[in-house]
Amino acid sequence: MDSGLLNVENLNTRYGSIRAIRRVGLTVKAGEIVCLIGPNGAGKTTLLGTVAGLLNPVQGQVVFNNVDITGWSPDRVLRAGLSLVPEHRRIFGNFTVRENLLVGGVTLSQDQRENLLEEMLDLFPVLKDKLSVSAGFLSGGEAQQLAIGRALMSNPKMLLMDEPSLGLAPVLVDVVFELISKLRDSGRTLLVVEQNAQRILNVADRAYVMRSGQVVAEGSASELSGSEDLFKTYLGGSGVAA
Amino acid sequence: MELIQQIVDGLGRGSIYALLALGIAVIFGVMHMVNFAHGELITVSAYTSYWLLTSGFDWWYVALAIIVVAAISSVVIEFVAFRWVRGAPDFTMLMTSFGVHFLVQALFVMYVSANFRQFPRPDWIFNTWKIGAINLEIYDLAVIATTLITLLGTYCLLQHTMFGISLRAAAEDFDAAHLMGIRSNRVIRGAFFLSGLLAGVAAVFWLMRSGQAGPVAGLNPMLKGVLAALIGGLGSLSGAVLGGFALGLVEVLLIARLPTEVVGLTDGIVFVLIALLFVFRPQGLITVHHVERV
Ligand SMILES: Nc1ncnc2c1ncn2[C@@H]1O[C@H](COP(=O)(O)OP(=O)(O)OP(=O)(O)O)[C@@H](O)[C@H]1O
Ligand SMILES: [Mg+2]
Repeated sequence: MDSGLLNVENLNTRYGSIRAIRRVGLTVKAGEIVCLIGPNGAGKTTLLGTVAGLLNPVQGQVVFNNVDITGWSPDRVLRAGLSLVPEHRRIFGNFTVRENLLVGGVTLSQDQRENLLEEMLDLFPVLKDKLSVSAGFLSGGEAQQLAIGRALMSNPKMLLMDEPSLGLAPVLVDVVFELISKLRDSGRTLLVVEQNAQRILNVADRAYVMRSGQVVAEGSASELSGSEDLFKTYLGGSGVAA
Repeated sequence: MELIQQIVDGLGRGSIYALLALGIAVIFGVMHMVNFAHGELITVSAYTSYWLLTSGFDWWYVALAIIVVAAISSVVIEFVAFRWVRGAPDFTMLMTSFGVHFLVQALFVMYVSANFRQFPRPDWIFNTWKIGAINLEIYDLAVIATTLITLLGTYCLLQHTMFGISLRAAAEDFDAAHLMGIRSNRVIRGAFFLSGLLAGVAAVFWLMRSGQAGPVAGLNPMLKGVLAALIGGLGSLSGAVLGGFALGLVEVLLIARLPTEVVGLTDGIVFVLIALLFVFRPQGLITVHHVERV
């Protein structure tokens, strides 16, 4: 077995007859920030969804922390220590900010939950004054921070993030990338899907490039970010952040 | 004066509808299924009452037994039937809930009897309380008080316990809740248990008044509960409660005002009013936002 915290091997997932990902393999070591980039429809969300248990693969293996978690339900995957910040955030809009964070800690004891809540408020000071505000009223940036905070509330061993900067104003995109750097510096393990290839390559250790359901390139972030070819061939044009 | 009596009467009726509608809305929330088998909990409760009362048990014990039996039956029905259609297309779930409705009915016809059986009603339900010119039925006051306490308890459960938060999270976005570590088995079974408890409380009062058990005993209360939940905007818990009280009030006020020769049309008129409501507010009284289930 590989030495990674997360090992994905030969993973295939379908939507009916559509083969959304094919023979995908990747590894994330503990403490690493790995990013997954690729054009729309490449299968990035499908891959994270399959790892997190939302989708069932037709073939292949997902091994996390030396346990085969292939086909586990999302709640079991979470309990194993793998938490997903889903695409479009999916925070509970009818809930208060506080309740959203509490749901994130549903698997913990009352004490642990309260402690982590305090920790999250230190990490996301903007949420402090908004604890009793309905989450549906948060701005995009606040909502994204809440989504990440909620995912961290389970005290996961590793975090999966699906396009955390999607739909945010440029200033808020900065906030999200700062946050990712902060999480990296605190030793977290992250697998991040991003459209913003150049920027995520600046903070990541390694990267995988997906296209049409397959991994077509991989390497260290610095290697890939210097590669003109990569941007021309796979990401359609320049690597300059939008 | 008469109006006050009618309002109390309507709220009494509405209380039962509200409890039934709330149970239906709780299940709709987590499963996106309209539970047409909800009335079967009343049917089962009715036979429980019949057997216990004719064996000489006191109504107080019977009331307790009804609530327990309704809650357990609700969980059993989920385990036997609805568990298999979780996440299925809406139509499949609809057919399943109809299926359970007719199956339970048929089982009672086949193994018990097709006829209605009478059981004694508690004598205090006919007592009234005179305040000046107003004549209030003790029964109505008891239903309203019990319902308010039950609703308050349910509210605290939903707002302040992790189970309540899990249930509301699953109702808003099942997948996101699942990703947070909420177990679908636990939250769905919990929803059916809660729904059964609420139906049990409603059944106690419904049966005290009807005093009979039959295979179709649950049909009328089920229809009223589903209607009230629809009025409230399916899936909205506060809407369901509101819808229940509104339905009860409208029924009583109509019955009191319609000329005797057309009182039989009350239900028809109520349906027309509901249809009108949906013309102007297709989403029901209260709008809820939730993410489509996959
Ligand atoms: N629910 C679904 N049903 C059918 N096909 C789907 C579904 N979701 C995704 N697909 C298809 O699967 C493929 C991969 O989609 P996926 O969402 O994983 O891509 P992505 O890389 O996340 O794209 P984006 O950058 O737009 O988020 C696409 O061809 C898409 O059309
Ligand atoms: Mg995607």
